Amino acid sequence: MLHGVGRRGLMAGVAVAALARPAVSRAQGGPIRIGEINSYTAQPAFLGPYRNGWLLAQEQVNAAGGIDGRPLETVFRDDAGKPEDAVRLAGELVNAEGVALLAGGYLSNVGLALGDFARQNKKLYAASEPLTDALVWSRGNRYTFRLRPSTYMQAAMLVEEAAKLPAMRWATVAPNYEYGQSAVKWFRELLAKKRPDATFVGEQFPALGRIDAGATVQALERLRPEGIFNVTFGTDLLNFVRQGNTRGLFEGRTVASMLSGEPEYLEPLGEECPDGWIVTGYPRDDLNNETHVKLRDAYRQKFGELPRCGSIVGYDNVQAIAAMLRKARSTETEAMVEAFRGIRFPTGYGTGEVTFRAADHQSTLGAFVGRTKLEGKRGRMVDWRYADGADYLPGEAEVRAWRPQD
Amino acid sequence: MTTPVLQAEGLTKTWGGVRAVDGVSFALAPGEMLALIGPNGAGKSTLFNLLNGQVRADAGRVRLAGDDVTGLPPRKLWRRGVGRTFQITATFASLSVAENVRLALLSHHRRVFSFLRPSGDLFAEEAKELLDRVGMAAQLQKACGVLAYGDLKRVELAMALANRPRLLLMDEPTAGMAPEARQALMAQTAAIAQAEKIAVLFTEHDMDVVFGHAARVMVLDRGRLIAEGAPEAVRADPRVRESYLGKQG
Amino acid sequence: MAFDWQGLVVQGLNGLASASSLFLVASGLTVIFGVSRIVNFAHGSLYMLGAYLAWTLTAHGPFAELGGFWGFWGAILSAALTVAALGALVEMLVLRRLYQAPELFQLLATFALVLIVQDVALLLWGPDDKFGPRAPLLRGATEIFGARFPLYELFLIAVGPVVLGLLWLLLHRSRFGILLRAATHDREMVAALGVDQKRLFTGVFALGAGLAGLGGALQIPREAVTLHMDMAVIVEAFVVVVIGGLGSLGGAALAALIIGELHAFGILVFPRITLVLVFLVMAVVLVLRPQGLLGRGAATAPVAAPAPPLPGPMPGPLRWAAIAAAVALVGVAPFLGDYPLILLADFSVLVLFAASLHLIMGPGGMASFGHAAYFGAGAYAAALLFKHLAAPMEVGLIAAPFAAGLVGLLFGWFCVRLSGVYAAMLTLAFAQIAWSISFQWVEVTGGDNGILGVWPSGWARGRLVFFYLSLALSAAGVLLLRRIIRAPFGLALRAQRDSPLRAEAIGLDGFLLRWIAFAVSAALAGLAGALFAYGKGSVFPSFLGIPRSVDALLMVLLGGVQTLTGPIVGAIAYAGLQEQLARLTDCWRLVLGVVILALVLFFPRGLAGAFRRRDA
Repeated sequence: MLHGVGRRGLMAGVAVAALARPAVSRAQGGPIRIGEINSYTAQPAFLGPYRNGWLLAQEQVNAAGGIDGRPLETVFRDDAGKPEDAVRLAGELVNAEGVALLAGGYLSNVGLALGDFARQNKKLYAASEPLTDALVWSRGNRYTFRLRPSTYMQAAMLVEEAAKLPAMRWATVAPNYEYGQSAVKWFRELLAKKRPDATFVGEQFPALGRIDAGATVQALERLRPEGIFNVTFGTDLLNFVRQGNTRGLFEGRTVASMLSGEPEYLEPLGEECPDGWIVTGYPRDDLNNETHVKLRDAYRQKFGELPRCGSIVGYDNVQAIAAMLRKARSTETEAMVEAFRGIRFPTGYGTGEVTFRAADHQSTLGAFVGRTKLEGKRGRMVDWRYADGADYLPGEAEVRAWRPQD
Repeated sequence: MTTPVLQAEGLTKTWGGVRAVDGVSFALAPGEMLALIGPNGAGKSTLFNLLNGQVRADAGRVRLAGDDVTGLPPRKLWRRGVGRTFQITATFASLSVAENVRLALLSHHRRVFSFLRPSGDLFAEEAKELLDRVGMAAQLQKACGVLAYGDLKRVELAMALANRPRLLLMDEPTAGMAPEARQALMAQTAAIAQAEKIAVLFTEHDMDVVFGHAARVMVLDRGRLIAEGAPEAVRADPRVRESYLGKQG
Repeated sequence: MAFDWQGLVVQGLNGLASASSLFLVASGLTVIFGVSRIVNFAHGSLYMLGAYLAWTLTAHGPFAELGGFWGFWGAILSAALTVAALGALVEMLVLRRLYQAPELFQLLATFALVLIVQDVALLLWGPDDKFGPRAPLLRGATEIFGARFPLYELFLIAVGPVVLGLLWLLLHRSRFGILLRAATHDREMVAALGVDQKRLFTGVFALGAGLAGLGGALQIPREAVTLHMDMAVIVEAFVVVVIGGLGSLGGAALAALIIGELHAFGILVFPRITLVLVFLVMAVVLVLRPQGLLGRGAATAPVAAPAPPLPGPMPGPLRWAAIAAAVALVGVAPFLGDYPLILLADFSVLVLFAASLHLIMGPGGMASFGHAAYFGAGAYAAALLFKHLAAPMEVGLIAAPFAAGLVGLLFGWFCVRLSGVYAAMLTLAFAQIAWSISFQWVEVTGGDNGILGVWPSGWARGRLVFFYLSLALSAAGVLLLRRIIRAPFGLALRAQRDSPLRAEAIGLDGFLLRWIAFAVSAALAGLAGALFAYGKGSVFPSFLGIPRSVDALLMVLLGGVQTLTGPIVGAIAYAGLQEQLARLTDCWRLVLGVVILALVLFFPRGLAGAFRRRDA
């Protein structure tokens, strides 16, 4: 099975890390250690490819001579989806493994906990996945940087498209936790700005991973909306789509959907993939610029499967860290923080350079916006374009007011 | 005339349309030993549970030394001087013999809600005395869970005596014991009751025990008292013979 | 909007379809519990295996080649039968050895199975969600009152009553069923009749597992097959079984119906209520009807095995070894690195948490599936004081036990009236209600993003000082518990556990004793929670989630409920194992599960019991 290859690769990475454990070397020429914490057992579907992307980038950086001759080395830890475990492991990585900086995080609350740990312990934290806006805004701090386009940015990308369509009566469906709630909040606010005539006729908030899809679809159908804004993903999305297809919920309606164009969510849908949804995602198979093709081929060769959106996030995070380290020429935290602010690095998407804004430590990595289309037995993204994150972020003055002063 | 220790007035209890206890009234004098007998299903257990507070009566009253105690739960009756033993012994299996009795003493002296003082030596002497009286002083440290059945009966008796009761309610006190042991236990009980002026109400299947130790006997049949009096008189009562003793052969 | 009764009817049908699915799982659980008194935590795992097997069998092998109607249904039924066989195997290899163990001890074994199945499923089927094929002939939808309704959902609505009917026939018309019902009513009697109990129990477990497997297999045309199915279904299935009355099939059907419909209609009125709805319903039902809707009281409530005498005092050498270890720990601490100190502080907190639960589980004789509520209450008390009043750590540590104790008084007042699994499930219901408050009252609690920045006061911020602080407070808490257990109150608490009848007859108020013990236990759990919060610098709803409650339960059971040494040993063993394994291997759940299973089989009296002599 495909993922088996991937897993062995992962285990190899861990083994390398484990073997190197006793030698906490800070000497010049010794490896630079990165502590990476993620919910590997809780979210394996997303994080397996993520770790593969990470390892690929690390291998490439090291093959090219590392950072001034020092190789990168990563110690991976599984927080099992619990923020309190993540904090404990952060302590372990910093104190026992002697890592120079922390990275990772998938769930928003894990990211926030790690961010606060970083602030408290004055360690750099390069957050990869967590989408919550709070991470860089209301609870942002000097030591925390986030790569992935946030909830706000993804919602803003969808609003731009949704506002062009005739749909006026909107209903929303989102998982009942911070990500789902913020996404709905931003979508409503931003759409209201562009289309003051739009109305929201109802909302559904199924528990994360526990959607009662039949009842939820029926409840949305009763509202007779013209447009549906969907934030569910993973299992919830699959169940929602299957019930929605059978019951005709999506027929003649506009659907705008967060993240659904990412291969991790699109691929499992298979032939259930609905047509014409406006989605954010990653059109992996059709993104044929030189950088991306090279990355895609290298990834397939190493792991025997194609990259997913998580793979790019993992890959880019290593690239960002490597660029930062090259600039900082030091693993001293304050120097790394200064280097990280405004650092530029090329994204694996091949869409050019990305920067970490000095004002809020959010990267300008974007996402692809397009439509879903069922072709044969699988769905893909069509009519897509790259939406540069810089265009969907509030101004630096605005976000400065949202951030605690530090 | 002294106030009766226990007085029942028209006690009635219906289970699913069947009158298990039907207008029962009687009185029990201090120091008196009263046996309650009757065939199986006569309502003895129900009557007993009405008296000890475990079951609520549909009608009628229970008085303890003149006070109305109808409907009080068992633990409140204990506070008013009622000790009990059970048909199937109920002791605290994981506690030692001494602890069982000491706990009864602690409860009597209202020292249970003490959280920090080690309970180790509290009332150790008193407990030993009580156990001595029932012949259990040699097994103080054994856990009740490992005692022989007859010994458990004795521990129960010692616990029942811990609150210096004026009334003992004993449900089949000798059930499951060997014949000689039965006589010995009841003789002990009778001696203690007499010495301390404790009234005893007991149910019993063993007629030798009943006629050997009871001062008075009540006969219950289908929820009603059909005879009451000195053992000899009851034994001679034709209604009793017909309903109960007759069947015993 | 005009009153739309047609829409409501269709919504009612959605509820029926969910109810039907839920009933299949719950029926197996209730049958198993009724006969064997086993709280089968692994029931959700069997459900998940059923779904995965069905997915595999419809996609590969002979049934897939056969295809069409027979291929599909052949695969579904084979999956159910395979799970039934697995269930029988589990009963014969593991559970059979544990029937004599203390109540709830089997829970440890079944939890180990949950861990093992999680990793095995990941290894076999990979991390991606799987979509099964749609059912032949039942692919599409039909029009009901103008709404399209899937045919497969209609089919599912029919499956529930059919399975109920078949089970009724099996129970009332077959020798196996009659024995099974007799065993549900009175195990000893059936043994006395000379029935081969082993075969009966194996058969029952196979039946229950088969129902779980069928329930899972039947989901594949309607829901994605995922690695989270086990946990998603097990809690809900337990709720259904308890609301219906343990061991009652009719009750399970009724409860499934109620939960299914409440879900369907609840989301129309309160879209965010799904998180907590089932627990609210369970709490109300149990408060009003402590034996569940159709439970039959004493006959179905678990009969607590008489508690064995307390083990003797710790043997001299062992006691000295323990004291020496404690002294060494204090002495060596300054020379340890930061991470060992963080770990040791964590362990101290977990020891106190487990020891607090032990007070109500051991001496109190009540199980709690929701002890995290009080851990979380303490943590949130400290965090909220910090957030809203900027209270320093010292204030938080003093306030936390009071806050948690108050919550304990409130919840305990309801819980300690019930017995056995019912009481445990009511604690779970309250814990989930508390959890959903912490999760959904975003303005106050910060929701799932939690409260950050709850770090210790300056003087205690160093790892060493904080470890000493945690150790000192935890030790004080444990010593307090030890005194309470040895005080008259503790004696009385054990007494009411051993014999409620006798306790009442010597003037002890069992309710009051348990209630106070519950509050004390909650208060100390709250202290542990507050310490934990300061150690992590943040508080999250996961502090009072089900996994944390389960952790506490496992620590106590693993160590042994007999003595206070049990939870101490159990906490260190469990947390230590988990920490070590998670660093060594990706498959730490598999290894941890196997280790727990081995411990359970070799030390059925708990780890602490293994080191002690029995008192004669």
